[in-house]
Amino acid sequence: MMYLAAEKAQDPLLPVWPEIVIGLICFGIVFFVFSKKLLPVINKTLEERREAIEGGIEKAEAAQTEAQSVLEQYKAQLAEARHEAARLRQEAQEQGAVIIQEMKAEGQRQREEIIAAGHAQIEADRKAASSALRQDVGKLATDLAGKLVGESLQDHARQSGTVDRFLDELEAKAEAAR
Amino acid sequence: MQKELLVTDAQTLAFETNCHLFKDCGFHAPSVWSFMFEPLFTIGPVEFNKPMLLAIIGTFAILAFFWAGFSKPKVVPGKLQMVAEALYDFVHRGIAREVIGKKGEPFVPLLVSLFFFVWMLNLWAIIPIAQFPVSSVIAYPVGLALVVWVTYMTVTFRSNGFVGGIRNLCVPSGLPKPIYVLLTPLEFISNVFVRPFTLAVRLFANMFAGHILILIFTIATWYMLGTVLGTVYAGASFIMTLILTVFELFIQALQAYVFTVLTATYLSQALEEAH
Repeated sequence: MMYLAAEKAQDPLLPVWPEIVIGLICFGIVFFVFSKKLLPVINKTLEERREAIEGGIEKAEAAQTEAQSVLEQYKAQLAEARHEAARLRQEAQEQGAVIIQEMKAEGQRQREEIIAAGHAQIEADRKAASSALRQDVGKLATDLAGKLVGESLQDHARQSGTVDRFLDELEAKAEAAR
Repeated sequence: MQKELLVTDAQTLAFETNCHLFKDCGFHAPSVWSFMFEPLFTIGPVEFNKPMLLAIIGTFAILAFFWAGFSKPKVVPGKLQMVAEALYDFVHRGIAREVIGKKGEPFVPLLVSLFFFVWMLNLWAIIPIAQFPVSSVIAYPVGLALVVWVTYMTVTFRSNGFVGGIRNLCVPSGLPKPIYVLLTPLEFISNVFVRPFTLAVRLFANMFAGHILILIFTIATWYMLGTVLGTVYAGASFIMTLILTVFELFIQALQAYVFTVLTATYLSQALEEAH
């Protein structure tokens, strides 16, 4: 440390003008730079920040509103889709019932047809069998009678229809017996 | 060595002697001389000394810090800008808006400059090597108090007119009439003379006393070294020095705050409408 080598100490309560001047100049520089350059610049930035924050809040609000509307839209669509699905299911059920009904009817018809065809076939077969049998029986009978009589009765029997008449009679009797 | 011959006993500190406790040697307490410096150089009649140098370095330190923080500000601040903003905000919102209100906006640069300038001058007291509060040289507080006084008077008369300004300074409103006979001159003296005087002296005296306190314990630490018992004493004294340094750190900021708040209070009163 260095100390003044004067004989008398200076009064510490007495300001010296060069020091006042230096102090004022220094303070003036600080004040000038703060007021002209630094504070305006930082105030502008603070203002920008405030606006950015407020803008951000507005943006967020807008986004929220949009999200809300989209959600509602989505919900409406979902409800509509559910309604539609229910309707389709109902329709399908109805259609299914109709189809089953139709199929049943069709099956019934086909069955009856097949049965009828079967009956006809059986009838035809029976008739064919009966006529063939009749001929065979007639032939056997005439052959047998011819052997007994000694001559062929074939032509005669055919001409007279005796065999047929006999068989018809037999049938009639069988009918009557039944 | 030659210098020592010129220095009287009162001007010497224990640092410069080999004077120690129990060695038939008196304790050299710090004195007014602790605040007097030999000029570093001389320009005509002006002696350029250490406090002046510190004041100038301090000015550039403040500007460098805030320039680094504020010159290229970002909306999303970096660390330095955040600290600078917090400091600025402390004066802007904590003092200007709190004490004066919305009308205080034009005075923000003045208050910000005052706060950081005073704080810096005080802070030199504990910055190593410098270790001298510039504000303990009365000229600096006086200069700042002058600035405040001129601003205070200008604002008073500008916002109230001449008669209104006088009324603002001398006639506090809302008191019974006979009181004014006594109160008007008192108010005048208080507002016009006492306020700037106390503003300067409060800062000066606080820093002056703080510096002497630290000096006493620092010198005592050195003085009591040498013997075993003396070293124990010196340890205690050294701890006191550390405690006082921390205490001074607090006082420095507090005095800067007080100076700025009082300025704001005066300005707020000057801006008040007359009732």
